[in-house]
Amino acid sequence: MYIDPHIHMVSRTTDDYQRMALAGCVAITEPAFWPGYDRSSPEGFQDYFRQLTDFEPKRAAQYGIRHHTWLCINPKEAEDPVFAREVIALIPQFLDCPSVLGIGEIGLNKNSRNEMEILEAHLELAASRDLMVLVHTPHLEDKLKGTRLIMDAIKNQAKLDPSRVLIDHVEEHTVGIVLERGFWAGMTLYPDTKCTPQRAVDIFEMHGTERLWMNSAGDWGQSDPLAVPKAQLEMRARGHDEAAVRKVSFDNPLAFLSQSGRFKVS
Amino acid sequence: MAHAPTPLSKRALIDRSYLEHRAKVLDLASFLDRIDRASGEGADDFRMRAFESCCALLIDGQPNRAQRILELLSDHSTEPIARAGTKGATGAVPPSSGGAR
Repeated sequence: MYIDPHIHMVSRTTDDYQRMALAGCVAITEPAFWPGYDRSSPEGFQDYFRQLTDFEPKRAAQYGIRHHTWLCINPKEAEDPVFAREVIALIPQFLDCPSVLGIGEIGLNKNSRNEMEILEAHLELAASRDLMVLVHTPHLEDKLKGTRLIMDAIKNQAKLDPSRVLIDHVEEHTVGIVLERGFWAGMTLYPDTKCTPQRAVDIFEMHGTERLWMNSAGDWGQSDPLAVPKAQLEMRARGHDEAAVRKVSFDNPLAFLSQSGRFKVS
Repeated sequence: MAHAPTPLSKRALIDRSYLEHRAKVLDLASFLDRIDRASGEGADDFRMRAFESCCALLIDGQPNRAQRILELLSDHSTEPIARAGTKGATGAVPPSSGGAR
């Protein structure tokens, strides 16, 4: 049994839901993200948020998987602040949907000033509504710098409790600084970038299993919606007991996400 | 924070994963050979200079190689850039960015 706390199912087939259910997935959370192209109008996000809050939970339910979501404009589309603020203005009308857990995945992509401005706007919305936050950290060479900038921006919002913020896509060079500052940390299991299942298990062995989870972040790119159960297999093959496997792939995401008051497993 | 070292011994880890990583070393070697054989520009590509520095870290005998390689490949500047000219990342720090360590 496992929870995949970060996966973009709008980009995956219904067959993937079936395969995930067969592998033991009981619940997922889906942050709003970039579709591979920039949307031409804020209304495109209105439709996307409807898909996330209405259609996708029904598709998941056919396989006994509880679907939850996080709303935002992803940092990859945040370089135009006027456009981005129009999208942020759409979010409140969806916040009462029972499957919406908070704001995410917000953060930075190229660590630009405009991205910072929109990150801060999202954080203000989360703070004003007492919402949880799921954070995207930048890719590759931009990750270390971006992670530091993001954590500083969050600390500037006194109302945001770090224990209700998860900073995702950590790797060996960022996991320590994220955990030290009181945040939760997520490891994303990708074939080429971010963590492999083997490296994720290494990180558990080096940093422990408190406030740490793993996810597939499966999307339209090269990714694997079964990455979490594959990491479970890696843990078992190295001799970790079932309690440890369950803690990182079920108990930890359950503990963090339950703070929303809305997260449910089937 | 309590850590949970792998229950497997050094020998058991080697027995389990040596062949997988032997293949990865051969992939690295054949990648470098392929670039050598190819024609055209690219011999001074900043990514390959970074790659060579990473290879040196692999055999320096010091711990935390993965963390140190990721740090070597990271932008160490501290201020936001003026504007995002692209959405992608290259995997190493371009010399023009001023963020290389």
